Amino acid sequence: MSILIIAEHDNSSLKEITLTTVTAASLIGGDIDVLVVGEGCTGAAEAAALISGVNRVRVADHACYNGQLAENVAALIQSLANDYSHIMAPATANGKSILPRVAAALDVSHFSDIIGVESADTFKRTLYAGNAIATVQSSDNIKVMTVRGTAFALAEKKGSAPVESLTQVHDLGLSAFISEALAVSERPELTSASIVISGGRGMQNGDNFSMLEKVADKLGAAVGASRAAVDAGFVPNDMQVGQTGKIVAPDLYIAVGISGAIQHLAGMKDSKVIVAINKDPDAPIFQIADYGLVADLFDAVPELEQAL
Amino acid sequence: MKILVMVKRVSDPNVTIRVNADNSDVDLNNVKMALNPFCEIAVEEAVRLKEAGIASEIIALSIGSSQSQEQLRTALAIGADRALLIESDTALEPLIVAKLAAKVIEEEQPGLVLLGKQSIDTDNSQTGQMLASITGWSQGTFASKLEINGDKINITREVDSGLQTICLNMPAVVTCDLRLNEPRYASLPNIMKAKRKPLVTKAAEEYGVDLAPRIRTLKVETPNIRQGGEILSSVAELVEKLKTEKGVI
Repeated sequence: MSILIIAEHDNSSLKEITLTTVTAASLIGGDIDVLVVGEGCTGAAEAAALISGVNRVRVADHACYNGQLAENVAALIQSLANDYSHIMAPATANGKSILPRVAAALDVSHFSDIIGVESADTFKRTLYAGNAIATVQSSDNIKVMTVRGTAFALAEKKGSAPVESLTQVHDLGLSAFISEALAVSERPELTSASIVISGGRGMQNGDNFSMLEKVADKLGAAVGASRAAVDAGFVPNDMQVGQTGKIVAPDLYIAVGISGAIQHLAGMKDSKVIVAINKDPDAPIFQIADYGLVADLFDAVPELEQAL
Repeated sequence: MKILVMVKRVSDPNVTIRVNADNSDVDLNNVKMALNPFCEIAVEEAVRLKEAGIASEIIALSIGSSQSQEQLRTALAIGADRALLIESDTALEPLIVAKLAAKVIEEEQPGLVLLGKQSIDTDNSQTGQMLASITGWSQGTFASKLEINGDKINITREVDSGLQTICLNMPAVVTCDLRLNEPRYASLPNIMKAKRKPLVTKAAEEYGVDLAPRIRTLKVETPNIRQGGEILSSVAELVEKLKTEKGVI
């Protein structure tokens, strides 16, 4: 067997979630190649070469891959696919956008967001906002899938894989990158932070999230939000934790003013320790929280900040 | 320009779904069903494009059981002009759904296809991307804004670290995210009017697509249920517990 992993990166650096996909691939077994596609992505490729268990890093560095446009990147992956039994990517916005396109081009099915590897053709994934876990088997000759970062440990970085440049240029001319407006933050990334503090509809407005930011800065935490808070326009969508947002599993998750709809729980219930602060004692979040505080968040959060 | 908008019948998002006794699937007996929320956003966007004079006709397409007619009627009540149901008694995999939709595209020649970014039952997020792949069209996933300029469409996408704006050649496939719009409630007169709009049903077998599944579901299980812990009386107690009992801060 041989596995191709599509790296998640921002050209200069490799995103940690790539390391979890390598771990998932190592459970399947066989040679693991990592593909780094971008423009000016030498930094990311060098970082990928350090991942333990990687056989080879393949780099496609060209202007047509700027912004990692799905059409061009999928065409590149398709051209490499015959060398592989499995094609995997982290279940990020890029992975989720590109790999189903690749699967259809290869006329094979696709598994989204797997959480377990049973064998080379059998995997586990969640359905219905995490209320069911399905064990699914593929009969296709190439297995294409995205991998949930929180479900697998990080691979080590003690490797020294050779880096090979790919010269193929797949510029379909169907799409063009225009611009990016990236959230700038000194705080850790939501999906890899060891502590996350999230706010819900109870925060009342976006300005009040500054209270959570103060706590986050003392704890070295990332700040997240429920879908309700995003829906209400308090905060941007990249902060959303839940079924239709990001999946997180930090050591400590603090849910503030979040009632605990199943859609939110789907994104955080694998956290090691869950704390809920809510003034409604009947909020469903308390049913899954390790520690609950029935309190007005506008009193409790500043007090928490002071106590840290 | 015609717009094709795809809609899916799913369990109501507010219902907690349970696994059936023999672990073969989830139990959807007597479960309230609804239009997938992201599909509703797609229909709303199509209607807004028609209201803006950009789209001339909106065709709603659903691929599923005969009861999916209800969700197509909802799409018609929001403002779609006509509907097509490709009927199948068994649940079809995203790849097959995309192949069937590609056949409809051949017949209808829309300039734009709108879908939800994912359905909230199987949580796959595949159909739009697969459809774009099969048709060889451009794709804009997770759209929070779209702007049509002639034969180009600018899509602002919700990505992990913020927003990305790309420009696509039309025709294009666009999957809709939460912040694209806020769907309207269908008014009673529009619900009544929707009952008279054309809804055509065809069998999936009519399209010459191989409907055989590629994926076998071996079992479906209930995840470990997390137990609630204790309710604390003060912030000080909370900080103490997190430091000493759990060692997480």
